[in-house]
Amino acid sequence: MEYTAKGHLSKDSISEILRLKTAYPHRKSAILMVLHVVFDQYGYMDREALAEAADLMELPLVDFEQASSFYTLFPNQPVGKYHIQVCRTLSCHLRGAQQLVDMLREFLGIGVGEVTPDGLFSLVEVECLGSCGTAPMMQINDAYYENLTRSSVISILDELRAKAQNG
Amino acid sequence: MAEFEKILFKYIDYPEQDRISTYMKNGGYAAFSKAVTTMTPEEVTDVVIKSGLRGRGGAGFPAGRKWSFLPKGIDKPVYLTVNADESEPGTFKDRELMEKDPHMVIEGTLIAAYAIKCKIAFIYIRGEFTFAARQLIRAIEEARAKGFVGKNIFGKGIDIDIIVHRGGGAYICGEETALLTSLEGGMGYPRVKPPFPAVAGLYGCPTIINNVETLANLSHIINRGAEWFASIGTPKSTGSKIFCLSGHINKPGNYELPMGVPLRELLYDHGGGIRDGHNLKAVIPGGSSVPVLTADKIDVHMDFESLAEAGSMLGSAGVIVIDETMCIVRAALNLAQFYQHESCGQCTPCRQGTYWMLVILNRIEHGEGRMEDLDTLLDICDNIEGNTICPLGDAAVPSVRSTIRQFRDEYEYHITNKACLPGTIAQGFE
Repeated sequence: MEYTAKGHLSKDSISEILRLKTAYPHRKSAILMVLHVVFDQYGYMDREALAEAADLMELPLVDFEQASSFYTLFPNQPVGKYHIQVCRTLSCHLRGAQQLVDMLREFLGIGVGEVTPDGLFSLVEVECLGSCGTAPMMQINDAYYENLTRSSVISILDELRAKAQNG
Repeated sequence: MAEFEKILFKYIDYPEQDRISTYMKNGGYAAFSKAVTTMTPEEVTDVVIKSGLRGRGGAGFPAGRKWSFLPKGIDKPVYLTVNADESEPGTFKDRELMEKDPHMVIEGTLIAAYAIKCKIAFIYIRGEFTFAARQLIRAIEEARAKGFVGKNIFGKGIDIDIIVHRGGGAYICGEETALLTSLEGGMGYPRVKPPFPAVAGLYGCPTIINNVETLANLSHIINRGAEWFASIGTPKSTGSKIFCLSGHINKPGNYELPMGVPLRELLYDHGGGIRDGHNLKAVIPGGSSVPVLTADKIDVHMDFESLAEAGSMLGSAGVIVIDETMCIVRAALNLAQFYQHESCGQCTPCRQGTYWMLVILNRIEHGEGRMEDLDTLLDICDNIEGNTICPLGDAAVPSVRSTIRQFRDEYEYHITNKACLPGTIAQGFE
């Protein structure tokens, strides 16, 4: 089938999806990886991009929607440019994860599940990220920040803020 | 005690161990070469059976025997799926192996694939482990360039490809049948067993699922022999184990030690003891899904049999240390929230049971508990256990049941006084 791009997916995303389409013994297996492609481009599950991805894969859109609703890594709504996920599960809790969340709420002036008005930061609590020996920790976009202290948290956020301002 | 010669972590902090040139300089891929060029797949399986290697993902099933369950003489493809969906709270060993020594994982995957005659192996890695996934992908490409991955390996007509597949952030997908459903492109719902994956797994084909650490042992077993491996550890729990220390311990981290090391030695000689000189209260020895041990039980040996005798499990060897400053109700509540969030919702006992456990623990922790809540919680545990398709329901039970059984006084204090036990505090960080 000749495919006409609809403009929601970047060139790179399209070529990666086309690669994934034939990478597995069964095309449907690539669904999760296609969700990652859409997420990497948008930072959330853009509906029109998802529909374009489904067309490209020649699979029903509902398969993608079902999967994206099942897995927590794919938010439906836009999140901050820097999406902060704090692990709240026991090993991190024992090392102060709750106080880390309290500190971030105060520092950013937002609640858990919210985005700062400038769209720079969003904050969520998540379950175990497999970083228990380096607790407390947070994930910002796809990077882990571990063995956090109050001063390291402040310098990490200041650095990201400066990076955003300098484009 | 004599210094233990590390097996899996021997080169873990060696500079550029993640590059194939360094890995090969340190003896890498010799085992895969030896297996393919001098052994039949059946001989490889036989060595692994004789080594006594048991699955490191939690269940402890003998790895070689699992392979031998594959049906013989059918013309369907056989698949290998590497379970790299490390998500059991308290566990962070596979991540370190994949990030720092990815070729050891790839070599193990290739040896297993050869043994079970699999042409396409999948590594299902949890979605958050982006760095580990990149490390694996690069390692596979390096191995492909050397001819260890791809077509006609070592000129022996063996074809093996490896696909890295990223998960989406769902604990349930670490359960082997949920992992397969997810890999087939759907939501990660577990399936009823039987049929077991060895008979009808991925795409209905015979499939073996092995944990990362299990596979990491294979090159060493092939190189040094089954007898050598079986001489380490205990007679029934052979080899070494990576123990993950976290929580209120002075030196958290991964420690590779022989199976059967006493928990006390692990905590005090290796982990540096309890943080800030506090007294130990409880230890969860095998990831969040196993029963807690009280402080007087730490002379137990860390192997499958000894921990079962002590009323707990080795599980994934995620050792969570809890000192006297932590309220035991809050610890149970924290884990109840985890299981409630991660229940896939397919089975009523798990979906409803984890929800009500969370509600009840929450009200006890916040001073609104009733004394009959304790028996209600134990009753919910009994009604979840054994009544679900997959082990997630069973996994949600121990943290609640074992804390009530072993710290009932503290629960009762909490309910009567509508407050945490004196001396327990909000857990802080510096």
